[in-house]
Amino acid sequence: MNILELVGLRKQFGELVAVNDIDLRIEEGEIRGLIGPNGSGKTTLFNLISGFTRPTKGKVIWQGHNITGRLPHTIVRKRLARTFQLTTLLKEMTALQNVVMACHLHTRMGLFEQFLRGARTRKKEKAVERKAIGLLETMGMADVKDEIAGELPHGYQRALGIAIVLASEPKLMLLDEPVTGMNPVETKEMMERIKMLRDNGITILLVEHDMKAVMGTCEKITVMNFGKKIAEGSPEEISKNKGVIEAYLGA
Amino acid sequence: MHVLILLLIDVILVVSFRLVTTMGGWNFAHIAIMGVGGYTSALLTTTYLHWSFWLTLPLGGLVAALVALTISYPCLRTKGFYFFLSTFAAGEAMRQAWMRFDFFGGRHGICPVIHPNPILGIDFVGAVPNYYLVLAVTLLSVFVLYRLDRSRIGATVKAINSDEELCESMGINTWGYKALVFVVAAFFAGIAGVLLTHYNGLVNPDGFTVAYCYKIITATIIGGAAGFVGPIIGLVVMTGLTEIFRDLLEWVPLIYGVFIIGVLMFLPGGLVTLPRRTLPLIEKIQMIGKGAVR
Repeated sequence: MNILELVGLRKQFGELVAVNDIDLRIEEGEIRGLIGPNGSGKTTLFNLISGFTRPTKGKVIWQGHNITGRLPHTIVRKRLARTFQLTTLLKEMTALQNVVMACHLHTRMGLFEQFLRGARTRKKEKAVERKAIGLLETMGMADVKDEIAGELPHGYQRALGIAIVLASEPKLMLLDEPVTGMNPVETKEMMERIKMLRDNGITILLVEHDMKAVMGTCEKITVMNFGKKIAEGSPEEISKNKGVIEAYLGA
Repeated sequence: MHVLILLLIDVILVVSFRLVTTMGGWNFAHIAIMGVGGYTSALLTTTYLHWSFWLTLPLGGLVAALVALTISYPCLRTKGFYFFLSTFAAGEAMRQAWMRFDFFGGRHGICPVIHPNPILGIDFVGAVPNYYLVLAVTLLSVFVLYRLDRSRIGATVKAINSDEELCESMGINTWGYKALVFVVAAFFAGIAGVLLTHYNGLVNPDGFTVAYCYKIITATIIGGAAGFVGPIIGLVVMTGLTEIFRDLLEWVPLIYGVFIIGVLMFLPGGLVTLPRRTLPLIEKIQMIGKGAVR
């Protein structure tokens, strides 16, 4: 079954067509790679899916429901979550506080309850904290949970970004360049973790520049150039595809 | 006594003003919103209906909150400079409305406004009962706002201030939280307005000028907006300064100005950071002193 389907999705900024009538189907349980040269519209596509940008035309179908034009926080609540290209974190808070904040979503607490903070609420808060620690553990960050997020090494910051997304209990994760700026060892570790997340039932759509990482992790790859989808297929097919080679080498 | 009462009312104002700054905005309409509370109560107790003060006290807050909710829709879409410009415009529009429409008593406002109605055998005529009334309301307001600041709501609002997009992607309704904070702050500003109006026994547009707003903002900056107590300290210091230089009233704005610049230059975090900054220095001096003895 298609968990996410894009139908003729288009975004125009004035004359510039950033995303040009993209059709895309993501199946439940797959790891899909989305590649393309700089400025080919990958991040814009992410913004369209996650609701940060409104499409000019076309539809985003999530689990059979049309979610086009919804606000970002309502889309996350439907368990379609994203990371950001840059290390986007609550930089003055600790790693743990970041994840606790992100757990917000699935802790049912009324405003008054949060304000009054009775014994039961505090119990709930404890439970949230345990959950957050668990998430940090899956990302290999248990040791640094009380460090200030903005002061963590780069690799940890990226991992924290993913822990934050995991807190929203997503069914599909949009990962925007998760291994940028990482050394080969860190990259390998991160890719292993992403595979592990998939094995735990999370569908993944991944934008990445590191070709080796994408080829080694994804079963299927979609290639964009100038806002258009120019190829789709297995890593082998893609690496032999003439159009793709041209796009990357600048024919 | 008079100074203390006004100080306490200002405490409600700075603390609620700071609540809005945690969301990342300098709300220039805060004093006008306070005026909404004052006018509401004056109109309801004196001019048109003769309702009890005890009813209009919360009602003034509610109407202020309602007005804030209305202006929150356009104002919260703006950020930074545009936020303070849009709130400034909204506040000035309210003030102009009070001046132009006879319904609000025009330029002279409403005078006299009744004193708080007697309750439990207490008459609110002199300064002393009014002082205790204001003290009680202020303590209650500060307590509520303190709890709010320390609750998860407060933490969420600060997180939104730090990265709105990220919070949105965490599933937080960022607009909702910002509006909530704006409206709650307005409620308390409205209450402060009711207290001031009934204590003064009058209300007019000149009571809620930009100059008053500057006072609140200055107190917040001098004290430091990062912590809860900062603005209160700033306010106490400023009121103290005003009292000290009472005989040189025309110099007071100048002294404020010098003080603000001084604080901004030497204590960018406000007066609350003073102990943290000076303690190491004192220790150093003590060390040097010990060294000299040896």
